[in-house]
Formats: sequence, C-alpha cells, structure tokens
Amino acid sequence: MAARKIRVLVAKPGLDGHDRGARVIARGLRDAGMEVVYTGLHQTAEQVVQAAIQEDVDVVGLSILSGAHLTFFPRVTELLREAGAGDIVVIGGGTIPQADIRKLKENGWAREIFTPGTSLETIAAWIQANVKA
Amino acid sequence: MSQDGCKDLEKDYQAWRAARSGLSDRPASFDTVSGLPVRDLYTPADLAGFDYSRDLGFPGQYPYTRGVQMNMYRGRLWTMRQFAGFATAAESNARYKFLLQRGTTGLSVAFDMPTIMGYDSDHPRSYGEVGRVGVAIDSLADMETLFRDIPLDRVSTSMTINAPAAVIWAMYIACGEKQGVPSEKLTGTIQNDILKEYIAQKSWIFPPEPSMRLITDIFAFAADHVPRWNTVSISGYHIREAGSTAAQELAFTLADGFAYVEAGIKAGLDVDRFAPRLSFFFNSHIDFFEEIAKMRAARRIWARHMKEKYGAKDPRSLLCRFHTQTAGCSLTAQQPENNVVRTAYEALAAVLAGTQSLHTNSLDEVLALPTEKAVQIALRTQQIIAHETGAANVIDPLAGSYFVESLTNQMEEQAEAYFAEIEKRGGVIAAIEQNFFQQEIADAAYRYQRAIDSGQRIVVGVNEFVDPDENLDIELLAIDPAVERDQVERLRRLRATRDNLRVRETLDDLRKAAAGTANLMPFILAAVRAYATEGEIIQVFREVFGEYREKPVF
Repeated sequence: MAARKIRVLVAKPGLDGHDRGARVIARGLRDAGMEVVYTGLHQTAEQVVQAAIQEDVDVVGLSILSGAHLTFFPRVTELLREAGAGDIVVIGGGTIPQADIRKLKENGWAREIFTPGTSLETIAAWIQANVKA
Repeated sequence: MSQDGCKDLEKDYQAWRAARSGLSDRPASFDTVSGLPVRDLYTPADLAGFDYSRDLGFPGQYPYTRGVQMNMYRGRLWTMRQFAGFATAAESNARYKFLLQRGTTGLSVAFDMPTIMGYDSDHPRSYGEVGRVGVAIDSLADMETLFRDIPLDRVSTSMTINAPAAVIWAMYIACGEKQGVPSEKLTGTIQNDILKEYIAQKSWIFPPEPSMRLITDIFAFAADHVPRWNTVSISGYHIREAGSTAAQELAFTLADGFAYVEAGIKAGLDVDRFAPRLSFFFNSHIDFFEEIAKMRAARRIWARHMKEKYGAKDPRSLLCRFHTQTAGCSLTAQQPENNVVRTAYEALAAVLAGTQSLHTNSLDEVLALPTEKAVQIALRTQQIIAHETGAANVIDPLAGSYFVESLTNQMEEQAEAYFAEIEKRGGVIAAIEQNFFQQEIADAAYRYQRAIDSGQRIVVGVNEFVDPDENLDIELLAIDPAVERDQVERLRRLRATRDNLRVRETLDDLRKAAAGTANLMPFILAAVRAYATEGEIIQVFREVFGEYREKPVF
C-alpha cells in the first residue's frame, strides 16, 4: 500500500491580502510531494479550523503579514484543540519579529515559524521530519 | 543609423564576440531580475530603425519618453513622499509633523487593514488588526485628528485606499471644509485602483462592476469640485510585489489605466475631462537598467495610446505622471542594514527615470513598521541623491545609451504583446475573472523563488555571504494592544454623541442612490458630514452591491 501523502492547509487568516508567500509555499510543498489545500484570502480563525478538519490535514500553515499573528495563532490553535484536532501541527510564516516567534513557540501556539528568506526545501524538509501522515 | 550600417555593425559585433570567445564567462546567468536575458554589449545595431524625434522627442513633449515636464528637476525636485501611518490618528499626526519638520514635502497615509477592508474598529473581523499596519480611521472625527494643525491647502496628501476610496476621500474633503479649505484647493491622490486589487493586492470588497461605477463617479465629481486631485493612482507597485516581472508590471498597470479610460468614456465623460487627473505608481526593483527602461517605456506607451487610440486632445491627458516606491520585496530580513544600500540604488533608478515623487523604504520594513531612525535614513537617502550625487542636474541622462534605449524598446514590445493577449481575453475584467493576471504573477513569483533556492540568483545575506552568527533581534516598532481598545472606545463615544437620526437619514438616502444611477459622491459626503462611520457606509454598499469572491489559485 502506498504511503499516505502529508496533507497541508495553507491559510491566510485575517484581512491581510499579501498572498505571494502563501501561494509560493503552497506550490513548493505540492512539488515536494504533499497534498496542499489553499484557503484563499480573508479567512476567520473559525473558517481556517473548519477547513483543516474538513480536509483532514496533518499541518496548518498560517501566513500573516499584517502584524495580527499574536491574535490568529492562539485562536487557531485553541479552536483546533476544542475541536479535538490538537494533533494537527500548526506552523506559520510572515513578517513576525523574533520576540513574537519566541512567544508563539513557548506558548504552544506554533510549532515553527519560517521567516522571510527561508527556502522551500527547508520548509518541506521540516514538515517531512516533524509530521506523520 | 541606416539599415546597411546596422548590418555591418552587427557583423563587426559577431566578429568581436568570436574574438573574445576564448575568454570564458563566469558562471552566472546574465539576465535581469525579471529573467530577461541581456547581451554582453549593445551597439547602434541594437537600435535599427531608431528615430530620435519619433521615439524620444524632448522633455515635456510628445511622446514624453524623456519626461513629463520641460524642466523636470531643474524646475523642482521630485516630491519626497514617505508613506506613513500607524496606530491612532493622533500618533500618525505626530509622525506626519515629524516628517514635515525634516523636509518631507508631501504626506502619504497608510491605513490599517480594517479601514482598507471597510470595517469599523469594533467589527468582529477587525479584532487584533486595529492600527497594526496603518492608521485606524472610522469617521470624520478621526480624520480631523489625523490632520490637526496641518493646513490642507498647503500639503498634498496621498492616501493608499482602494475599495472604500470614495468614503475616505469624502472624509478628507469634509475635513478640509472644517479647516475652511474649499475642495477646489485640495491637492493629493487617492489610490482608488480597484483593478490591481483583484489582480495582486487582494483588498477588494465589491464586485468589479459597482467598483468601477464608484470610480467613474469620483472622476465626474473631481472634475467639477476637486479639480487638482489625482483621482486614481494606477498601481504597478503591488503587481510587482506580488511577484510579477518588470514587463508584467508595466503591461498590467497600463492595461488597468486603459480600462479606467474606457470606463470613463462609457460613463459619458469626455476623455480630456478626467484623463489629466490619472496618475501612476511604479515599483523600483533592484535591477537598475530594467527599471529605468520600464518607466521610460511607460511614458511613451501611455502617450501614444491616449493620443492615437482614445483621441485625447489635451496634452495633460497624455502624461504618465508617476510616483515610485522602492521594492519592499527586494529587502531582506537578514543583515537588514544592507537594505539601505538596495534602497539607494532603487531610488537612484527612479530619479534617473524621471519620477514625480518617491518613497524610499526603511531598512527594517521587512520585519515591522519602521522606526523613526530608519525612516530618517530613508528620507536622507533621497536628499543625498537630490543634493550630492548630481543625478538631478541633467534631464533623462541615460537617453541614447544603446542598452537603455534597446531595453526601453523591448519593454514596450513585451507590453504590447500583453495588451493583445488581454484584448483577446475580452478585456481586463474578463481576464481577471479568468485568473489570467493572477496565474501569470504566481508563475513568475514561483520561478523567482526557485532561482533563489537553487542559488541561480544570489541574494546577499540570504543564500550567499550569509552571516552565521547573525542576531535578528533589532529594535522594532511595536504597536501597543491598548490602541485597539482606545479606538473602539472612541468609536463607542462617537455613536453615543452624534445625531443618530441624521446618520440614519443620510444612510437611507445613500442606499436609494446606490440602487439607482446617480453620482454617489454627494450622498457619501452627506453621510460623512453627519459622522456616519466608514463601516456603516460600506455596509450599505455591501448590501446593495454584494461582495466579491475570488477563486484561489497557486
């Protein structure tokens, strides 16, 4: 039996429209052999969690360039736990300062944050090493 | 140069190529940042058929390749316009005064995401986003605070607002009224470019058709009441930031411009009544010559199409006047001090290409909103170019360069090929609905990322010359979460103290007008003067016009 592919939801929560990074990463992860679903823009935390559960994903990647990361990461993580989907790995990227990255990781709101300049290979390798399909 | 002369030269060039073939090239891809291959040397043979008068002319004269004014920077330097705005209207007001004291010559307002998307600060969708990426403006009261002690008849103000542009512009006009400045004296720009929102920046609210109506209503209102206002800033900046090539930025931006011209004509306006107030906004990316060629080509293409295709008679209708911002997407989070250098080259390209105004990015903008110190360095970069380098002494100094002229021609050819493709697809709005632009840009962005990941393209500090001990903890501007609470409280007080009966009347009138065909600006102004909020006005439009949804592609 062929191994199940890792399933990833790439999501754009909030009002921010900067989707270049989200799209490039969605495509890069697909080319790295993963099943990728992209939510499109302007999603609420509730919509992101609903999509994650519906699509039965292993990873949720949040892309936030609007400074609202300390709002959305906690909300998405908490809503996933409430829905009994706390095993889904939450990662993210965007314009997120180092101090906030520490805060997100220490509080368990994000497993890893990839900042500008990270290669697609690095992100794909991290997912393959840390996520079981 | 004659055709025969060109042929001889091309032969000589090939002979020279053969002679130097023993000298191997270093292993690099010799192409522009857009992936356009360039030759090792350009000669007059690259300009076969070049006609000075037809292709360049003189500054301030058709086809305006060399500049839109006769005197260019000999008369007046470009406007140094730094985009700024954060947190509350009061804090942004203080930043504007800081910039004006240090020699900035025009204001440029950044709004927060809820304002950009037409939500009040107390809307559930605004939670966590108030005052983050720009200033929160809910009503005329906030606008009055934003420009307190800044006389609106003496500054020009550019406002980066699109889907709700009519509402924010009405607030600015009403703010002028409160200061005793008649609308005829106001100068500035609203971005108001909804087409590039669908294409690249993605801050849309309504579907294309009612959005275009709001824009043509603004054209007509401005022509009658705010004649010195730039009604649209047709923007390539965001198209480029979303990952496009230089040629795509040029082509898609001008195609959007032509679509607005056609919409204005279709709405019954004479082209010369509104076209002189159209302005442009380009990105200055890191590939120096390509950017200069792009901007020179833009002026020539716009003038030719406006004259020949749209029959404009007023010379002002032919002018591609533009603002430039250096490329945010060229900056790196790694070794951020290097961003000062990148920005300086990009700014120099814009100046050599004859920009009318310029924003230089701050070194820390890839990480957060800029600190005051970083903003000052960015502004000083422009002042050094203006006053120390000599770059502003001679008009269009690179004209006649075999390379620059050849690249300018190439940019024009690529743009024309895109115009033909867009027309075949049924025009800009049809092409948006077919995801044409979005897919072209996504493809280019992905190619670019791949080229960096593979090391084919070097970005200093990112994939080469990396500092392994780098500490990215630099001083950043943080927005206090109390900003949101305070703004929500101010809004609550406004709703409690204004004449709510009057607000309801004006919103009812607006709803009726929106369902009909009248120009909406007077109705929006009436609601704004009554202190109806942005969110309340936009909500009326959401109900009448509906909301846009995109089919996400990657």
